[in-house]
Amino acid sequence: MIAAIRSAVMWFEHRLVLRETLWPIIRHPVPRGLRRRVGWMYVFGSTAMTLLMLQIATGIALSMVYVPSAGEAYESLLYLNFDVPLGWMLRAIHNWSATMMLVVVVIHMTQVFLMGAYKYPRELTWMFGVALFLLTIGMAFTGQVLRWDANSYWGLGVGVAMIGRVPYIGPALCDLLMGSPMIGGETLSRFFALHVYILPGLLIGSLAVHLYLVVRQGISEPPAEGEPVDQNTYDEEYEKLIGGGHGDPFFPGPLARDAFFIGATLLLVFGLAAIYGPDGPDLPPDPANVAASPVPDWYFLPLFAVLALSPRALETIIILVAPIVIVIALVLLPLWAGTGERHWRSRPVACMSVIFILLSLLVLGWLGYKEPWSPIMNAWTKDAVPPDIVKRLTPVELQGATLLQLKTCRNCHSLDGVGGKRGPDLTYVGSRLDRPALVRQIVQGDGNMPAFGKQLTNAEVTALVDFLVSLRPPNRPPPLVPTPSAYASGK
Amino acid sequence: MTDSENVSLADCTTDRRGWFDWVSWLLLGTGSVVLSIPIIGYLFGAAIWRRKDQWVSLGKIADFKENETRLVTIKNPLRGPWDGITGDLAIYVRRDPEKGFEIFSVHCTHLGCPVSWFSEPGLFMCPCHGSVFYEDGGYAAGPAPRGLYKIEHKIEQETLHAHVGHLPTLQDPGTPPNDNQATT
Repeated sequence: MIAAIRSAVMWFEHRLVLRETLWPIIRHPVPRGLRRRVGWMYVFGSTAMTLLMLQIATGIALSMVYVPSAGEAYESLLYLNFDVPLGWMLRAIHNWSATMMLVVVVIHMTQVFLMGAYKYPRELTWMFGVALFLLTIGMAFTGQVLRWDANSYWGLGVGVAMIGRVPYIGPALCDLLMGSPMIGGETLSRFFALHVYILPGLLIGSLAVHLYLVVRQGISEPPAEGEPVDQNTYDEEYEKLIGGGHGDPFFPGPLARDAFFIGATLLLVFGLAAIYGPDGPDLPPDPANVAASPVPDWYFLPLFAVLALSPRALETIIILVAPIVIVIALVLLPLWAGTGERHWRSRPVACMSVIFILLSLLVLGWLGYKEPWSPIMNAWTKDAVPPDIVKRLTPVELQGATLLQLKTCRNCHSLDGVGGKRGPDLTYVGSRLDRPALVRQIVQGDGNMPAFGKQLTNAEVTALVDFLVSLRPPNRPPPLVPTPSAYASGK
Repeated sequence: MTDSENVSLADCTTDRRGWFDWVSWLLLGTGSVVLSIPIIGYLFGAAIWRRKDQWVSLGKIADFKENETRLVTIKNPLRGPWDGITGDLAIYVRRDPEKGFEIFSVHCTHLGCPVSWFSEPGLFMCPCHGSVFYEDGGYAAGPAPRGLYKIEHKIEQETLHAHVGHLPTLQDPGTPPNDNQATT
């Protein structure tokens, strides 16, 4: 039996000649420095690749049921979630492995950057890595569209609105993206083709080149302080590290470490999928459901925050120019800093950049999650004026409290921390602003608040201001310091 | 050096085989270019031959009360047979006793999120980044760069018609902004 198997294997080997082609690649030498603990920093690339394979496998499985038709995609996802045995689990694995892949890719890029592994002679490896990162984001966005629920419908609308700002060719680009002048069946088919054929094809092609370069240029040795990369001597020094039996074969040693981390990651994906399940779909993609309150997937939350916090005058420039600048900076990084020190201790600017970027993304992501700039659209009916405030009001002030609710002020303003956060909390507004300032604010508004001058009668303004003036801590008088409006009018 | 490497460009242009080589490459190039025209045209067709908005009836004008703003759902005239619910189109119709009819897109001019109408304060409000618009569609507050997108309309035989179809964007708003909607 064993002889028969050996014979069969040899039959294939005689024709495939893998021992001469694939085997040397699997056993390509890597620096012995990877034996140390720092070797764990080298596991993220192969983990990202494994997650991509998992994405492809689960994606193919899902495509056997998913219907890429605007009229039926939503129902097919519900069918997958609730009727197909383990359909929900496949969707969950697909979703959580996508999340994990993006996280691992970012960690991998950060590690490569901090360890200076993008420097000579691996500049092109980094550039294809950037392409892989951008394609991964593209896969995430197109995957979100395929969910074809209210969030993905309006989320795509946001993408169209951003592209629609491009001067002259914006409208044509929008139609090109949607496949028609509206978001509909042709849009979904287009994104299905992008998500299933075009982007994965580009991903696999870029990955093939990336891997070829990794093997061809060799895995970078762990950086050491005071050993800068010199283009004239590096190749010779690297050859000393791995040539003549000085390096370790990638298989089995370092690959086993990869296998350990990959296995742990896969178990984590399984756990997250089993516990948290698939992502959506939530409400149907109904263009007439204007009550929808779209929120992007987590990886676009920082962008969501940037779009809310940007100055209005700069927004179009930020939307259209910033992505191009960021991509160009990432791609050209190894040409700008392709030699010199590799160790992070010798590169304070690199360390500060990473800390700044990660902190910015975390803060913006958190703000995007909390979205304090978004009105709470049903607060005016949902969040009552607190009883502690109501019980001390005069009839006119009560009328003002009613107006505060009816005029939807609560959608943007809180009382006792309850209500919208877009505007300031009004619980003690009477101790901050005097009567003229309140009148001016209500009647004229400002950049973040509409002017209610035409929406309210004089009596209503009086009642509302009376109520707001009464909003002070017990025994606290109205503000004594003249407000800007009182000062300007010479009072 | 092999014979094939000794063949120079000049040889290719002088003898019969060289002429045939040039013709072969020329034929391959011509065939590729000719074939690529319909393929590229197909892929970029949506942007090259853009479909135009169409007139759609919204109902009898008597159905719209004065001083009222209503969300009206119609079928998008540009929809396809398999568009399902996404083939619907929602617009706000306002009937002002002085100005007559005004029709607005539900898409916020900031980033396209759906604005909601609040009749009590007379405001449109966007749930995404908090842009606010007055009842006449004019800019009121928030990050939006202009007022709501206005939709062209006409009245024929006591019936209100709207010119709709495409998803309005800043560079393709459908109709130019009027004075009170201009960028502030």
